[in-house]
Amino acid sequence: MATQRISGSEAVIKSLLEEGVDTIFGYPGGAIMPIYDALYDYDQQVTHYLTRHEQGAIHAAEGYAKVTGKVGVCFATSGPGATNLITGLADALIDSIPLVCITGQVASPLLGTDAFQESDVMGITMPVTKWNYQITSADEIPEAIAKAFHIAHTGRPGPVLIDIAKDAQFGQFDFEYKKCTKIRSYLPEHPVDPFQVKAAADLINNAKKPIVLFGHGVILAHAEDEFKEFLEKTGIPAAWTLLGLSALPSNHPLNVGMLGMHGNYGPNIKTNEADVVISIGMRFDDRVTGKVAAYARQAKIVHLEIDPAEINKIIKADAPVLGNAKKSLRMLIDNVNPNTHTAWLEEFHVCDKIEYDKVISHDVYPKKIGLTMGEVVRIASEKTNNDAILVTDVGQQQMIASRYFKFNQSRSNVTSGGLGTMGYGLPAAMGAKIGRPNREVFAMVGDGGFQMTIQELGTISQYEIGVKVIVLNNNFLGMVRQWQQLFFEKRYSFTEMKNPDFVGIAKAYGLASQKVTSRDQLEGAIQEMIDHKGPYVLEVVVEQEDNVFPMIPTGASISDIILEP
Amino acid sequence: MKQEYIITVFSENHIGLLSRITIIFTRRKINIDSLTVSESAIAGIFKFTIVINETADRIQKVVGQLEKVVDVLKVFANTNDEMIYQEIALYKVSTEFLFESDKVEKIVRNSGARILELTREYVVIEKTGHSDETQHLFDELNVFGVTQFIRSGRVALTRSTIERLSEFLRERDALLEQVD
Repeated sequence: MATQRISGSEAVIKSLLEEGVDTIFGYPGGAIMPIYDALYDYDQQVTHYLTRHEQGAIHAAEGYAKVTGKVGVCFATSGPGATNLITGLADALIDSIPLVCITGQVASPLLGTDAFQESDVMGITMPVTKWNYQITSADEIPEAIAKAFHIAHTGRPGPVLIDIAKDAQFGQFDFEYKKCTKIRSYLPEHPVDPFQVKAAADLINNAKKPIVLFGHGVILAHAEDEFKEFLEKTGIPAAWTLLGLSALPSNHPLNVGMLGMHGNYGPNIKTNEADVVISIGMRFDDRVTGKVAAYARQAKIVHLEIDPAEINKIIKADAPVLGNAKKSLRMLIDNVNPNTHTAWLEEFHVCDKIEYDKVISHDVYPKKIGLTMGEVVRIASEKTNNDAILVTDVGQQQMIASRYFKFNQSRSNVTSGGLGTMGYGLPAAMGAKIGRPNREVFAMVGDGGFQMTIQELGTISQYEIGVKVIVLNNNFLGMVRQWQQLFFEKRYSFTEMKNPDFVGIAKAYGLASQKVTSRDQLEGAIQEMIDHKGPYVLEVVVEQEDNVFPMIPTGASISDIILEP
Repeated sequence: MKQEYIITVFSENHIGLLSRITIIFTRRKINIDSLTVSESAIAGIFKFTIVINETADRIQKVVGQLEKVVDVLKVFANTNDEMIYQEIALYKVSTEFLFESDKVEKIVRNSGARILELTREYVVIEKTGHSDETQHLFDELNVFGVTQFIRSGRVALTRSTIERLSEFLRERDALLEQVD
């Protein structure tokens, strides 16, 4: 490839183009101005979205990455621009989201001098990135960006940050781009060991009451087809973690529901009755396991996992299978016997019936006067034939939406799992809609989380991003209030909110909007929102003090899941 | 049960890597008792020798998380009896004690220490050994008054003939080929 003499700034844009980037979320400022100036000439190749806050940019990049499987890219300036990315970086690290974030930095002679808008971005971002690197000379740019993309999307994905000093952005050099495919110190994934697969298959073939627990790893490895084939061959019931949601269609006969604190009754109690637990691309988060000492003690554990540090971290694996889930599953399929577990699966259905009668029916077909979050979720899902992308914020609406929204296709659930980042929903939904413009995208947010990043309505309005925002308004920080009710004697310490007129705010941003307060308006309003071309904000006033059940109280065993207060 | 472990981190020589390594301990609130950074026998590859007091279970998890660091090649954790290790200590005492009696001289002689520098005002004594040995010498000298004292981080080698990493690097190359 011929070289050409260009500026560092132009090299940044050209490098991104070489990596196939066509979408950037960002916010300019002093130290990144040369890069933005270079970007100005590339508006045909790259679409840049100016968010209203850097946190909005990074969450949008996360939403974009989750639905497309591509690396999300965002720009921010030095100092406060970079520090505003921290929450998003931490979120992407714990949820394994591939991101490349580029931050401007003061000119290299000023590093360490407390210059205007200087902060130690390398130091601050180290604990919340998979890798970070500071560029002080233009000629480092192509190699660093190539390395950034390789690291961000291979192995267990994660966020990478490249900090570029202003003088490096101005510097001229002979540009040449070479993709990075190998780093000596970095093994993205272990080749799958046939002996490990054999040991896992032996346990699976001899199991009488096996259960599969699947997570984000299935989606990240693009292993949905292999996963389904494995389930159908073995006939094993499968339950999902929050981030595994949508990897298996909701109506699949072996899909037995959600694990964990607000998950379904069956998969939780049956994990403690199974003889073999097969966990695939999940990491036994404490919200899934409850009390670890009382978790699946009776079972042999098979653990398919790409990250060696996750094996035996929380739960000791009897048969670990290290490697990429797609490859592990392919080999496992060839080693397992065709089987069915009809009687065992029936036990889950018995649990489903109990949960339906005690919880679900009241949530999704309520008889009381006040609206429930559950019925809103059910109607939104039904009216889009379960084909929509669901983006949730964090809290009660997240749990309710994850429980009751139905999915036909993978990469359709976008949520902040590990970090539990309030304010994630709205900007992540923008990114999801930009990544999948032809699909319906719902942002399901509470009144609390919505107001943490509500300024992104400006971005939605400016670029006419057709997100359908459903604000489930109970005038409370609902999940905290629920805990206060159940565990802190109803002492509602600072959880009640006086909210603004959300419809008024939406309209001020030039967005179509409506407020619903009663059941007879609900279906019509949701239909109207779906029929509307372009963004829409629907506020639904729901029951103030509804709780999410079932629930595993903190520190309790999954067997002690409670169905009602 | 907690005990002393020597963690050896082999890495590329990149700026900021020390922080990336130490924050893994900080995050779990593990104190680093001693730290030595030096080049290994393989050109370009650096070696961090870290001494901590922890349980085997926590050590295993820390090792896993250290190996996740992109620029880290390989991490080993060993108990003290699995390695040959030394620390070096320097002691400064007033020269007058050397002339007042032969006690200081005898202590130095018996402990296998040596005198590095002798001036009119002070004498600097050097001793190499395990920390209990260098500590013992400190206690003996401190009867007279040690005015300055420093103990280095631990240096440690395994009992194998080659750098453990050589084998690892060959395996890694093969693994990287396989993953493509």
